[in-house]
Amino acid sequence: MSNNTITYLLGNHAIAQAISQCSTDVVAGYPGTPSSEIIEFLAAMKPDCHIEWSVNEKAAMEVAIGASWAGGRSVVTMKHVGLNVASDPFMTLAYSGTRGGMIIISADDPGCHSSQNEQDNRRYAAFAQIPCLDPAVPQEAYDMVFYAFEFSEKFNMPVMLRPTTRVCHGKSNIKLRTSAPVHHEIGFQKIPSRWVMLPAHARLRHQDLINKQQEMMQELGLSKWNDLDIIEGAKIGIIASGVASVYTKECLKKFNTKASFLKISTYPPPVELIKELLGSVDKVLVIEEMEPIVEDVVRSISNSISNKEIEIHGKDIIPGYGELNVSIIASCMASSGFTDNQEEADIVDKTSIELPNRPPVMCPGCPHRATYYAMKKAFGKDAVFPGDIGCYTLGIQMETMDTCLCMGASITIATGIYHAGETKPICCSIGDSTFLHTGIPGLLNAVYNNADITVAILDNRTTAMTGHQPNPGTGQTVMGDATYMVSLEDIATSCGVQFVKVIDPFNVESTIEIFNKAKEHKGTSVVISKQECIITARRRGIKPRPFEVDIDKCNGCRMCIKFGCPAIQFADAQVEGEKGYAHISNLCAGCGVCASICPFDAIKEVC
Amino acid sequence: MIEFDLVIVGVGGQGAILSSDIVGLAAVNSGVPVQASETHGMAQRGGSVENHVRIGLTYGSLIPKRQADCILGLEPVEALRAVDYLSSGGVIVVNTNPILPITALSGACEYPDVDMMINELRNYCKELVAVDANSIAKQAGHPLTANVVMIGALSKFIPLSVEKLEESIRRLVPPKTVDVNIEAFRLGRLQ
Ligand code: SF4
Ligand code: SF4
Repeated sequence: MSNNTITYLLGNHAIAQAISQCSTDVVAGYPGTPSSEIIEFLAAMKPDCHIEWSVNEKAAMEVAIGASWAGGRSVVTMKHVGLNVASDPFMTLAYSGTRGGMIIISADDPGCHSSQNEQDNRRYAAFAQIPCLDPAVPQEAYDMVFYAFEFSEKFNMPVMLRPTTRVCHGKSNIKLRTSAPVHHEIGFQKIPSRWVMLPAHARLRHQDLINKQQEMMQELGLSKWNDLDIIEGAKIGIIASGVASVYTKECLKKFNTKASFLKISTYPPPVELIKELLGSVDKVLVIEEMEPIVEDVVRSISNSISNKEIEIHGKDIIPGYGELNVSIIASCMASSGFTDNQEEADIVDKTSIELPNRPPVMCPGCPHRATYYAMKKAFGKDAVFPGDIGCYTLGIQMETMDTCLCMGASITIATGIYHAGETKPICCSIGDSTFLHTGIPGLLNAVYNNADITVAILDNRTTAMTGHQPNPGTGQTVMGDATYMVSLEDIATSCGVQFVKVIDPFNVESTIEIFNKAKEHKGTSVVISKQECIITARRRGIKPRPFEVDIDKCNGCRMCIKFGCPAIQFADAQVEGEKGYAHISNLCAGCGVCASICPFDAIKEVC
Repeated sequence: MIEFDLVIVGVGGQGAILSSDIVGLAAVNSGVPVQASETHGMAQRGGSVENHVRIGLTYGSLIPKRQADCILGLEPVEALRAVDYLSSGGVIVVNTNPILPITALSGACEYPDVDMMINELRNYCKELVAVDANSIAKQAGHPLTANVVMIGALSKFIPLSVEKLEESIRRLVPPKTVDVNIEAFRLGRLQ
């Protein structure tokens, strides 16, 4: 596919394509929206390189670092919050630097489409003092991969590529480059002054890192990712970064605004270009999603220009939260006098019909729903239910998700709640992949410090929310190869847990019973609720028979409706005085849990 | 160059991405640039999903409010929810079959009357095509072809040739289902 052809690709697919064309040797990552498809597409291409889902982002980062230090090209992928987990190696890597080219892909999620926060990882790049590339469109993300490897190898520095959701999940025509495979000489070289961060080495490496900054900034400033367009006689200057730059261009065209324009996609920001723009205008607006990173630089440059007073705007006008778009930028520009046009988007009339909300829900037949039903029955609705990150976070609809902070925090938060003196029973839930990601140290900690809590490990045999990736518990690698299938029971037992039980949540009665026993148990107890995700089960060809309601037996009590399966619906009585009844639609996945719940035995397998 | 802004809305799991892919790929194969944006992630579990396909545009993938040439609604409530994207001369193509959200299933709120919603949608557009895509899909040979029926109904309004659209369908649907999908597309076009 690599011969100047035009193709239609998802941003993440384009990134994967570039990674494979760059003869990358090792790619590691942990799934997380919006980054996951990069590794999935790459694995499907089966390039001649090692690809892995690591158990967490820290592991992935270190695997990629090792590969680079051995002389190979490497890439590590993660979502923005994943970099928090990987920040320990990340910060010191900047001191050590790299050997083979290394790219750190942090997929940011302004607008929190699928995330617990919307942190701006351009800040992380600045914190670590490593260069960062911020693509505006998928084509740029594709092209930047090639550039990033070359840059990394020139400066022996890792490069951060920071696509946002709109780039990762944007699709566009991509012009592919021609490329020839390159072989990298692999061989670890012992360079203790770089790879062994003893204080004496670290001090010197830190100086070296600072000394490199000027040269790196100059090189980035000259790159094609930044673009300055000075308009003769324009007194207004607009600076926009990354994705915001394309929205801004559309606005400027729409309004026919006479303004000089600087697009920025490299960090540290290009000082010379900013100076040039400031020299030609009186008033500047900086438009960037999230943090005022470019704005801060623009302000400090402006302060150093002594012979001129320039009016600078940025986060005083442009929101510092949420995603930007053309409509927001247009109305911000209009309200602050950067254009005379009134933005018509402000006067849109919404319909007066009240529309029902449509929150995401667990699938019909999802094993988590069954687990939560039993958990709530055993622990009571007043118990405390700390939670974690995955499809099962949707358990908030069943009132069994009282906290969700970050990956792996369920067990430790539960421990803290217990040690604070909470006397209500505490049962936390964590998925299989999340448990393996960062849950294990929390479980060990709970046992070690005598926390009297129950930990439910919702083992649906996959990493479901991010698109059903395999994990160490599934016995399969990302390439589909067989590997050792780690046992969650054994891990829990090794952590010192004295009560470990495995249950099938579709067996409602025994699940309730085991949860009751776990609750009674003094000390840390673990219940592993093991039942495959209905989606992966279906993909494997498992099709249980659906269920139906016998309307003669149905009493209209709505017990099954309260269970919350989207396949069950209530049909109100047509005639006043008569009872309504439940109805099961063709969405039924045949888990049979509603049949166990129905007190009138009215739900039966379709024969 | 032709420019056409299309908003596709529906419910997570309905296959809205396939619909936008058919259109986007047909445009690229016609030599026209495309910027599209898709909903992945959490909302795909039965939440509201919204895809934008900008044909002939080289800016960002998000369509500004009041600028879409067409809304393709795979579900009536979702079509109405997205109506503020439509320009005054725009077209709406909507599947009339409701999918009840959990909020309506549980009785927490009411699902609005479909005819009332279709009438309301008419107030926002120049032309509306209401399609019972589920029935037509069955007629074509498989209920899962409803989205392709909708693409058929949409095809009269987008500046792309029938050949290119059919070519994308052939490329994007599972090989065994090409024939039913092409039939679905053709039946949709008759709407
Ligand atoms: S994808 Fe699997 S785990 Fe996620 S909600 Fe659906 S059935 Fe449950
Ligand atoms: S058996 Fe009952 S609970 Fe399970 S998927 Fe079918 S309707 Fe839903």
